[in-house]
Amino acid sequence: MTIFMLLPELWLFALVCALFVASVRGVKSVAGWLPAAAAMGVLVALAGLSARAELLYATYKLDALSQFFKLVIALGFAIVAGIGAGKKDDADMTPDYYMLLGLSAWGLMLLASCVELVTLYLALELSSYSLYALIPLRGQDRRAAEAGIKYILFGAAVTALALFGLSYIMAAKHTTYIAALAASSWSFADAPLAVLGLTLFLAGFFYKLALFPFHFWCPDVYQGAKNETAAYVATIPKLGAVVVLVRLAALFAPHMEVTNILAVLGAVSMTAGNLAALVQRDVKRLLGFSSVAHAGYVMLGLAAGSAAGLSAAAFYSLAYILMNLAAFYVVCTMSVGGENPSLDDLDGLYKRAPSLAMILAVAAFALVGLPPTAGFTGKLFLLSAAWDQGYHWLVIVAVLNTAISIYYYLSLVRHAYTGESDAPALAVSRGSLVFGGVLAALVLLLGILPAPLYDLAAMAGTQLHP
Amino acid sequence: MTTQNGFPVVTALIVLPLLAAVALLVLRRNERTIRLVTLGAGILECLLALPLLAYQPNGPAFQFVEHAPWLPALGMSYHMGVDGLSLYMILLTALMLPLCVLGSWTYISKRVTEFHFCLLLMTSACIGVFAALDFVLFYVFWEAMLVPMYLLIAVWGGPRRRYASIKFFLYTLAGSTLLLAAIVAFRQVGGTFSIPELMQQPYSFRFQMWAFLAMALAFAIKVPMFPFHTWLPAAHVEAPAAGSVLLAAILLKMGTYGFLRFCLPLTPAASVTAAPVMIAISIASILYGGCIALGQTDIKKLIAYSSVGHMGFVTLGIFLFSVKGVSGAILQMLNHGITTGGLFMMIGLLYERSHSREIADNQGLGKFMPAYMFLFGVFSFSSLAFPGTNSFVGEVLVLIGAFAGNPWVGFAAVPGAMLAAAYMLRLLQRVTWGEPTSFKKGWYDLGAREWATLVPLALLVFYIGLAPSLAIKTIEPSIERVLAAMQAKNEAMGLTSDMPLAARMELGAPLKVAEAQDAVSKELP
Repeated sequence: MTIFMLLPELWLFALVCALFVASVRGVKSVAGWLPAAAAMGVLVALAGLSARAELLYATYKLDALSQFFKLVIALGFAIVAGIGAGKKDDADMTPDYYMLLGLSAWGLMLLASCVELVTLYLALELSSYSLYALIPLRGQDRRAAEAGIKYILFGAAVTALALFGLSYIMAAKHTTYIAALAASSWSFADAPLAVLGLTLFLAGFFYKLALFPFHFWCPDVYQGAKNETAAYVATIPKLGAVVVLVRLAALFAPHMEVTNILAVLGAVSMTAGNLAALVQRDVKRLLGFSSVAHAGYVMLGLAAGSAAGLSAAAFYSLAYILMNLAAFYVVCTMSVGGENPSLDDLDGLYKRAPSLAMILAVAAFALVGLPPTAGFTGKLFLLSAAWDQGYHWLVIVAVLNTAISIYYYLSLVRHAYTGESDAPALAVSRGSLVFGGVLAALVLLLGILPAPLYDLAAMAGTQLHP
Repeated sequence: MTTQNGFPVVTALIVLPLLAAVALLVLRRNERTIRLVTLGAGILECLLALPLLAYQPNGPAFQFVEHAPWLPALGMSYHMGVDGLSLYMILLTALMLPLCVLGSWTYISKRVTEFHFCLLLMTSACIGVFAALDFVLFYVFWEAMLVPMYLLIAVWGGPRRRYASIKFFLYTLAGSTLLLAAIVAFRQVGGTFSIPELMQQPYSFRFQMWAFLAMALAFAIKVPMFPFHTWLPAAHVEAPAAGSVLLAAILLKMGTYGFLRFCLPLTPAASVTAAPVMIAISIASILYGGCIALGQTDIKKLIAYSSVGHMGFVTLGIFLFSVKGVSGAILQMLNHGITTGGLFMMIGLLYERSHSREIADNQGLGKFMPAYMFLFGVFSFSSLAFPGTNSFVGEVLVLIGAFAGNPWVGFAAVPGAMLAAAYMLRLLQRVTWGEPTSFKKGWYDLGAREWATLVPLALLVFYIGLAPSLAIKTIEPSIERVLAAMQAKNEAMGLTSDMPLAARMELGAPLKVAEAQDAVSKELP
């Protein structure tokens, strides 16, 4: 019966295999069936929500947290596949492109269930390797190659750092099982070596999450990579990082050394990300710095470390991928030739493609955290969790950051709604518009009626903190 | 969902404009249909608001209450209700929707669908702000209203609309971010987001002080009070006529409403402590707004600065903590909405004819447009609080409250009333009898549509001016309740008026909460 519990992973793996076969047989386009199959994956993950088990010598655990994140990853992958399907005549969107995407998402699904540090590391690398190959894939673009090299170099360095930290943890605690690690003390006075090692190990995930000071790759990679690849890199890998950080954050109590590091990095990250985003002209670069800021917001929940904090972080990452994918959907759809849109390219969007302008507005205001959108409810949960645990200064830094960030998100809307341009109207297919509309509606719906999904996330949080 | 009388009046008022807005997007017909649909929605909205007139002044604190779970895990609920503080604001909001549609019938000629879409969203969000009894719900509506207002200024505004709209958005959002922190803090201390429940709980003085500062900043920017007012003239001048009307009539009231709804009941001790400063700022607003208005050559700017002065009277009335002062303040909120709303509407009509807002370009119209000037005169006289008009009642009540509390405060505020007379009469004199500058043959006097826009407001000017007791009787019980609860809480806390700040900071939350607050929790059904 175990095999049925693993259906979400298996479904995605089967998809990857099918894509592999398609690519070997030289099929030109899979846009016809892939989005539907990926959407089926969401349903499968939904059905697997209640699976609970420990497999493979207790290194692989199906619990509320992992199943919630598998659902979100499946959803994100389906949306990325849907965005990609809108680009039918793009020569790069071959079956193997999707295969690499799927492989990376599959690695992240495994990551969600790993409860042992070495397994965790393997799953993380599985998801990263396909990204190393994906990022330079952009026709003959040199900047994409540059982005690829940056990503690999950064990734390799941080991975080395994380492995080095892992060795310290093993040396100090003689175990790599998270459950066993949780049973011991993590105060710096009791286990200095382990705390140092864990901090280094966490760096590997900070890199994925693009948290300050591991964020330097982020804007460059977004800018260099293909729009659709950037949409993926900006969203789904972050989920993998969040799920591991949520698992590890359950080890700490508030106001311990490690927790304070999380809080400080979060505060610096949101401030640095928002300030840098203020001066960007390239929309993808702007979204890159914005994701640095959002990584900082997630730290609020992790620093709080309580059940409410962890579930808030889980909920926020769901909200984050939805609103970011909605923004990237607009970026991908409006750049007909696949080029990077700048803020000035958004001018007159209200006239050229009114629906795109509205979706962009919803996404931008959600990213700011304005109600009634998913961004607001997510942020409210984070703030309230952090405040309850006594991180008052962090909450105040976070709300002030909202005020900074409004300027650049607003300039997206301002260009789209008040700028004028003579560019011809954008031809967007009806199917693609419906897809984008559903995405924007989800962002709004999650803001207006957050209860069902918050309860799911809360289940994940309370299970880590019974 | 539990509702009173089986019909959710407040929810209907919020949902109807939303439905109409969606209908507009789907319809996308010709402009006339869109205007008619919105006008129809507006009239229906006014009719739907009529049941609110059944409000019983001496009944429970909150009436027309609706309650439904929203996010039980965090203690958020969909909780709506109306009391004396919010009743007239809701009615005014509903009334403004059809008037704004009529007022911009010819003024707005580009992107008509989007314009009416924004108007409808605004109405919905504003009613939500005034009726919400859940702190998060309040914040949702409070922020949701920013986006349509921003678009109203940024898309349909004047030449410097970009600057004005961004300034508006940045100012108000920056102010309200700390409000969100305060909301989260109240949940930690009080354990709920429900406003009536939070009102019953005691808070330590230190907490009250910080919470008061965070909330007061948000509300003071919205009012706007003196040092934070710079966004207002910019926004008013650039906004289209309907945008200015909404801004003056409804948005500014949210700030003062916030003071009444949150600062006084939730942080009574901090409010009392900060009152001298708030009164000083209010008087500064009154005098500063009046003096600056005196020197304006742009009519809209003049009215905008006069708003700063008028709203100064409102905040002054609130922080007097006397029934006279606060009821004068609430009446003045309503009056300012009617009068200044009417004035901005009229300037919009004038701008359609002369395409200029300068006084110098619009002189000497009395001979050519007598009907226009008659109504302009009515609103101007109301604005300077001429006896017999609505503002007179409000201003006199506030001044009586001020003199009763501290004669010096009263003396300091009186010049504001004289300044108002000076700048309004100067404007009126120039526009009516000045040397004619720009009048052209083609200008009509008021048409039927324009009459229909202005007459309801003009009638209200006289109705409230001549029979104010009806309105006052409705709001007074709510005010008495708020003030009594405030006093009881402060006494329970051991706060005395001669305590130094350092000693106040040591005051903890009293364990036993005085009985007066039980009344607050009683609500219909």
